[in-house]
Amino acid sequence: MASNYASEFRTCGTTGLKVHLPAERLFYVNAVTAVVALLVGGIMAILIALTRWPAVHLLPADLFYRFLTAHGLNMLVFWIVFFEMAGLLFASTAVLGSRLPAPWFGWLNFCLMLVGALITNYMVFMGQADVLFTSYPPLKAHPHYYLGIILFAVGTLLACFHFMATLVIAKKEGYHKGSYPLFTFGILIAVILAIFTLLMGAATYLPTWLWAMGLIDGINPAMYRLGFWGFGHSAQQINLAAMVSIWYLIGTLSVGAVPINEKFSRGAFLLYLLGINVASVHHLLVDPGLSATYRIFNTSYILYAATIGSMIHAFSIPAAIEVAQRAKGFTNGMFEWLTKAPWGNPAFAGMALSIVIFGFGGGVTGVTQGVEQINIMSHNTLRIPGHFHVTVVGGTTLAFMALTFYVLPLVMRRELIGKSFAKYQPWIFAIGICIMSTGMSFAGILGVPRRHYDVTFSSAIFQVPFSATATTMLGLLGLGAIIAFTGLLIFCLIAALTAFFGKRIPPNMELHHPPHIGEDSASVAPAQA
Amino acid sequence: MSVFVPEKYWWKPLGPDERLWLWVCVATAVVLSLMMPLYNLLGHQNPSHESYQITPEKFNELTEKFVSENTVREEIVKQKFGATEIEKKIPVVRPALGVKDVYLRARAWEFYPILELEEGREYRVHMSSMDYQHGFSLQPQNINFQILAGYDLVVTLVPRESGEFYVICNEYCAIGHHTMIGKIIVKNKEE
Ligand code: HEM
Ligand SMILES: [Cu+2]
Ligand SMILES: [Cu+2]
Repeated sequence: MASNYASEFRTCGTTGLKVHLPAERLFYVNAVTAVVALLVGGIMAILIALTRWPAVHLLPADLFYRFLTAHGLNMLVFWIVFFEMAGLLFASTAVLGSRLPAPWFGWLNFCLMLVGALITNYMVFMGQADVLFTSYPPLKAHPHYYLGIILFAVGTLLACFHFMATLVIAKKEGYHKGSYPLFTFGILIAVILAIFTLLMGAATYLPTWLWAMGLIDGINPAMYRLGFWGFGHSAQQINLAAMVSIWYLIGTLSVGAVPINEKFSRGAFLLYLLGINVASVHHLLVDPGLSATYRIFNTSYILYAATIGSMIHAFSIPAAIEVAQRAKGFTNGMFEWLTKAPWGNPAFAGMALSIVIFGFGGGVTGVTQGVEQINIMSHNTLRIPGHFHVTVVGGTTLAFMALTFYVLPLVMRRELIGKSFAKYQPWIFAIGICIMSTGMSFAGILGVPRRHYDVTFSSAIFQVPFSATATTMLGLLGLGAIIAFTGLLIFCLIAALTAFFGKRIPPNMELHHPPHIGEDSASVAPAQA
Repeated sequence: MSVFVPEKYWWKPLGPDERLWLWVCVATAVVLSLMMPLYNLLGHQNPSHESYQITPEKFNELTEKFVSENTVREEIVKQKFGATEIEKKIPVVRPALGVKDVYLRARAWEFYPILELEEGREYRVHMSSMDYQHGFSLQPQNINFQILAGYDLVVTLVPRESGEFYVICNEYCAIGHHTMIGKIIVKNKEE
């Protein structure tokens, strides 16, 4: 049965993975769209960051809020999700050596997502949806804004089902035997989380859409917030599971790391599934409506169950890398395995920085701000963006960028353009984001609100004197943003130039390396980008 | 490898260091989980506020009644709109003796009225919105609450320090968001 499709496959010369060509084309369009979204979001980012820096105060007020909306959407939703769709395709087809059950279906859901993203962006840039990405009612956008998001979400949901279908046929048609590889397992967890999340999103966006069209009367703002964060926070768990899977993947591709104990790592992924998607009430800690008992239950017992999961990965990934490095002979002292790691490989450096930034920066800020009593002092201040720019940007985005440095040569079969820039890219981006988040966090601790056009209150009835320290911190925000934006531009340039003009690596149809089923893994050559 | 099929029987006991780390994780989680509820019992600054449902009309009525019964003077403020400057009068409200319930109304783009409170006296501050979602952010204390239309959020507080404090809106409430600001004055008993 499987052999009917043999002509649709090629074999990757470096990893020995069998790649289904129709899946590869879909992978390609998803990844390219993701990078375009990243670039749009990045241009918005530098403009709003330079506005929040009081000494520069670049944009007029209406454009500031409009571009902030565009930044949130293009980054958090479109860049991240399109990239994850590419990840789903890779995890289900290439890693399992399977074919994609219905390429036309993949194109259908890609088109839905693309059309949705275009409609939403159009409404935002036309000034019909200055509601920020949270669109809290009774702020109302043009109905097409919500329609675009719904189309995008439907496309994503269909892609999740397609992923599941691929897992089924991979077994049924004999492409794959045994347990799923850890990477696919992690992505499977992300997909299950995504299905839950998208249903929650539907329950939130559908009524809001009807309301925007005038078909129903009003949306209860407290219910909306509960629903929105049931969706919006769970969505971050998808990103978390995807990011951790990518850490394992890059560990394997760069130094040949093997998970030391599959049970340990898989158990940690399961904790994400069981625990973390319920913790979304930490967005509502100082809201009216819910009882204190419920808020505390939801954000403590259940939140920390998932923290255990992340702490386990924080142990087992570096451990796997250490073991692999020691096996290569880097055994001098405590840390030769680390100092002799392939730091010049942007994928490895990006992954390592992503682990450190997410683990220390994101973990510490998240666990503290999720505490009710600390949340009182941080809710809606710049401390919040200070937190999530070290999770979803310094963590997830950096990991996705790092993986791209493998995707380009391995999947797109193009030789990297600008290798010497690539080497520094993760560092520039990481340092910029860390400086920016530090500025945001401390400004927030001093009371500076997020999503705010003018903290000098020049057109208000009172002028609140924020301290000189707070203003300095906003300057730090601006400085970090410039550095991070430089890193982002280098990334987008390398990705675009390589994807379109990179020298083709000849397709390698010969099996140099063992196929993926049950073979000795140590013989896979570590790829140096 | 993470992209390759694991060996058939991967369900293996944890090594000693993995076991140790797991216990460290569990202990951390337990400590963190206990902190929040414990602080609710032992600490003094908890957001375990009360909240009630109320229509904006009703809340507005209560605020107007509170203002008309307790206003002590008016403060004249200036606001710039581009080149033009306008003047506004805002009532300063000092709750009479025995009045414990205090109302603060959020509306695009003002907090109403200006409150004048006494140091050391206990108040129940009611907050609600007439329209968009707003944020109550007391500066420089940096204490923050979410204000929603249809909900009355009640914070019980005792001012401990005299002076002038500002309430800035820290939830985006459309284009005038950054102009939305209110004031709370705290006086000594004698003043
Ligand atoms: C060069 C990189 C980036 C810079 C300089 C940057 C800068 C900023 C700034 C200045 C804000 C506004 C904070 C405020 O006023 O409240 C912001 C908000 C935000 N950023 Fe970024 N950012 C970057 C990358 C990203 C990425 C990659 C993501 C997501 C994956 C992201 C997600 C967000 C979100 C969700 C918001 C909140 C929007 C809102 O409050 O409505 N950012 N960013
Ligand atoms: Cu407001
Ligand atoms: Cu506001």
